Amino acid sequence: MSIEVSSLAPGLLAETPVARVSVLPAKARLSLRARGSAAPIAAALGLGLPDRIGRRAAAGAIEAIRLGPDEWTVLAPAEDAARLIAACAALATSHPHSLVDISGREVTLLIEGSKAAELLTLGCPRDIATIPPGEGRRTLFDGATVVLWRDAEDRFHLDVWNSFASHIAQLLETGCKELAAEPA
Amino acid sequence: MLLIHCPYCDETLPEAEFTYAGEAHVFRPADPSSQTDDQWEGFLFIRANVRGPHYERWRHLHGCGRFFNAVRDTVSDRFLTTYRAGEPRPALATLTEEPK
Repeated sequence: MSIEVSSLAPGLLAETPVARVSVLPAKARLSLRARGSAAPIAAALGLGLPDRIGRRAAAGAIEAIRLGPDEWTVLAPAEDAARLIAACAALATSHPHSLVDISGREVTLLIEGSKAAELLTLGCPRDIATIPPGEGRRTLFDGATVVLWRDAEDRFHLDVWNSFASHIAQLLETGCKELAAEPA
Repeated sequence: MLLIHCPYCDETLPEAEFTYAGEAHVFRPADPSSQTDDQWEGFLFIRANVRGPHYERWRHLHGCGRFFNAVRDTVSDRFLTTYRAGEPRPALATLTEEPK
C-alpha cells in the first residue's frame, strides 16, 4: 500500500494547452558533500563541478548542480552510479568527502509549456524570473523543499521528495487546469 | 514578507525560505564543568531581548542550508546587514549610518 502512496509512476500527469506536467523515469542521484578544493572529485566524476550556488555543469548524460557552499547533487543514468561511486571512493583518504546514493529519495517532475513559469508561482515564493535558464535552485514549493532546474525559458525540472510528491503533483494538476481556464 | 539576503547564495530571497535561529554570538563555555549554575543558566536561557538592532542567527533552510548571522532592527523589522557565520560582529555605527 505504501508503494502506491509514496511513488508516482513515470508518465503524463496533466496536460492543457498552456502547461504540461509529467513524471520522468528514475535516474541515479548522488549527493556530494566536500570541503576545500573539489577539483580531484570533479576529475573522478569526469565533469567540472560548478563554482557558484545554483550553477549547473554537464558532461554527456551526467549533470551536477551546486546546492550549497559544500554540497552538490549529481544526476546520472542508473547504470553509471556504481562506476561514479567507485571512482570517488578511491579518493576517500586523500580528499575526504561524502558521496551518498539518494536515488530512491526523490521523483522528478517535468513542467513545460507557455505558462510553466506562472504555474510554479502557485507554490514557490521566489521570483521565478531570477533563475536564469540553464541554472537551478533549491527552494520551497508549498511547504516542501524542492530542487528547481530551469532548462529553458518555459521548461523546468522539479526534484521532489517522495513523501511530498503526490501533494505537489495534485497541486500542479489543479494549477494546470486553472491556467487553462483563464480567458486568454 | 521580509526579504533576506543570504551571504552564501548572494541573493535576496523571501523569508519563507529561511528559519530564525535565535540570538547570535552566544558562545558555549569551553569548559562547562567549571561553570556555576547561574553562569550555565545565563548561557542556556538568558537573552538580551533588545529593542532595536539585534544580532541574530538565521538559517537558509530551503536553499543552501547554511546558518548565517544578521542584524535586524526589532522595531522596524529592517535588516541592516547579513554576514557569514564565524565572521566578527560588525560594529553598529557602520550599519546605522545614513546612506550617502
